[in-house]
Amino acid sequence: MTVEIQSNDFIALADIALRNPDLQRAVASGTRGGYAKRAETMFAHSREHGEHMRQQAAQAKRRALRKLPDLLETAERNLIANGWQVEWAEDAAEANQLVLDIARRHQVQTVTKSKSMLTEELGLNHALEAADLRVIETDLGEYIIQLNNETPSHIVAPVMHKTKAEIRDIFIRELGMEPTDDAEAMVAFARKMLRQDFLNADMGISGGNFLIAETGSVGLVMNEGNGRMCTSMPRVHIALVGIEKIIETVEDYATLTQVLPSSSTGQKLTVYTNILNGPGRTDEGDGPQHSYVILVDNGRSQIYGTDYAEALTCIRCGACQNACPVYRSTGGHAYGWVYGGPIGAVLTPLFVGLENAQPLPHASSLCGSCKQVCPVDIDLPRMLLDLRWELVRDGRSKTGWDAAMKAWAIGMTSPRRFALGGVAARAGQHIMGDYLPGLLGNWTKHRDFPDFAPKPFRQLWKERAPIKREGLK
Amino acid sequence: MALPERDSPIGKPVSLFVTCIVDMIYPDTGMSVVDILERVGVSVDFPPAQTCCGQPAFNSGYRDEARTVAKHFFKAFADAEVIVTPSGSCATMLRHEYPSLFTPADGALYDEAQRIAAITWEFSEFLVDGLGIRDLDLSLPAPESFAVHDACHGLRGLGLGGASRQLLARLGKAELHDLKECEVCCGFGGLFSIKMPDVSNAMLTNKVENINASAAETIVTGDVSCLTQMNGGLSRQKSAKRVVHLADVLAKALPGERS
Repeated sequence: MTVEIQSNDFIALADIALRNPDLQRAVASGTRGGYAKRAETMFAHSREHGEHMRQQAAQAKRRALRKLPDLLETAERNLIANGWQVEWAEDAAEANQLVLDIARRHQVQTVTKSKSMLTEELGLNHALEAADLRVIETDLGEYIIQLNNETPSHIVAPVMHKTKAEIRDIFIRELGMEPTDDAEAMVAFARKMLRQDFLNADMGISGGNFLIAETGSVGLVMNEGNGRMCTSMPRVHIALVGIEKIIETVEDYATLTQVLPSSSTGQKLTVYTNILNGPGRTDEGDGPQHSYVILVDNGRSQIYGTDYAEALTCIRCGACQNACPVYRSTGGHAYGWVYGGPIGAVLTPLFVGLENAQPLPHASSLCGSCKQVCPVDIDLPRMLLDLRWELVRDGRSKTGWDAAMKAWAIGMTSPRRFALGGVAARAGQHIMGDYLPGLLGNWTKHRDFPDFAPKPFRQLWKERAPIKREGLK
Repeated sequence: MALPERDSPIGKPVSLFVTCIVDMIYPDTGMSVVDILERVGVSVDFPPAQTCCGQPAFNSGYRDEARTVAKHFFKAFADAEVIVTPSGSCATMLRHEYPSLFTPADGALYDEAQRIAAITWEFSEFLVDGLGIRDLDLSLPAPESFAVHDACHGLRGLGLGGASRQLLARLGKAELHDLKECEVCCGFGGLFSIKMPDVSNAMLTNKVENINASAAETIVTGDVSCLTQMNGGLSRQKSAKRVVHLADVLAKALPGERS
């Protein structure tokens, strides 16, 4: 694994985010904006229509997941028929090596990249730069992230954690931009800088939102047009696609390219919705001469056989991040690996091992918003609960909790012990006052705790007029 | 996972599952539930062996302990025909999670989990969806303004949301206002609030800001655990506003002395 994993430090990283007022402001507005626009678009016709689209999308992805081995073979056949060269990579090292080999084969010096979360998993940019290739991220958000030597904090809005003023300062510092606070001027400046890179690039690298098996095509959606430049202008194009991105038909693509932008940016359709069919034909004036698809596993086939397989149907829309009140408070970097938010809290332990991401299943109040907005209806809260169970089963839960839970269960299996517990709690509260000790002190750190009642309900019930109670029996 | 179908509870006696928090901290809320249920002609019993549903253990991954407590619940409610509980999250535990804690291999326990799931109602949905009552024909002693906070498990676990608003809309002298982000979690999340207190507090602070900005004097909710979190934050952050359980609002409108 070439990407640093810091997920066990979630609480410390969250703390850093909570103390960063710029990040707080930027993430609060970015997530809420996305959440509101999603609802507007998904339910533009009616709530029922939106729910129906979600179910249709979920079915398309689940059907593809069930048929995954067969569809991969079909896809490979049809990709090759379209002129793609198909490679398979089991892990990050293999995928990166394949890209390097292709780059060497075609004497590549400059690489333009369109946005791809998979390549973040692979640490591809580092691998290419280590081999003295020049790599330029061309999605505006990714471009800013790369200039500032960071990683994306959100699946579709990589620089969501930064304010406009911070981005301005990055452009001034890294590229010598004339100071301006006008967002349009800043975008125009970045566009001008990128234009030369697009023209100079020898190779373009993209991800793939979908891999359409029946036609052997890479489905790619974007808003900035940069992806089209990366996939059509350079001599060589490589699409790195996770094996779970496969879908069966073009019709499924039509379904999914509606729910994906609706869920992520609140658009009915992205500005550019592409179906890429390999190299430019001899009678075409443009298009790459060499087109590659690298199908990447990197842990996916291991998830495929587990109860968490449905997590592989994720279409990376970011809706769960926008909806999650934890993500809204911490941003994505706190999750300590590539994916933040609810989907990250599930995928990270599955990809990097639960032992390397122990706090993540607990980084949720189980409020259910993620499942509610998920365009393919992944039961993320259920998976978080299952991961918590695994932590306990594997004995990875803190021993203090183990003992407390066992004692608690004993208390809760007898009304007498339960009542005694109540009396003890009330007495303890009198002695300790407003600030509780130990783990319970984590409650009174930010909140007052109510008094235990002098008489519990069970006693009030007993003391009710007996006639009234008799009459009910 | 689909929720189990329920038969109509009309005419059946109700076994009150008051919940552990109401029992120990908010017994008056339990009494309010009893008073409202009796007001609409339901006979209420309190199975005395009851303790907790086991949710704290279940949600933190301690499924063996959750099963142990669930088995105790089965014994305590063995005779229940209908269970009503003043908590959306405990109702979700009974309706959603009990069936998932036991498999057909558990035999009678599995059957009992299914049975409990199919006779359980959260308080407001019992009144509105179960009994078909939208108007309790009650009026508050003095005008008061309210806004509803949708507790997460009730809203997204059980699909509630409308019931409490319908009851409040027809409560005399009650004025209903909006609460911004009323569907967003308050940050409680059970042991989440203790395991990650600072993240929980960020969510709570956002909720407190929205409550303070609401035109309503009082916030109404259907879960005392969320209520404890929100009131804990309102109190600590020196807000004059408070969150009250729906049953206590409705019971305030009952005529005469409380039993």
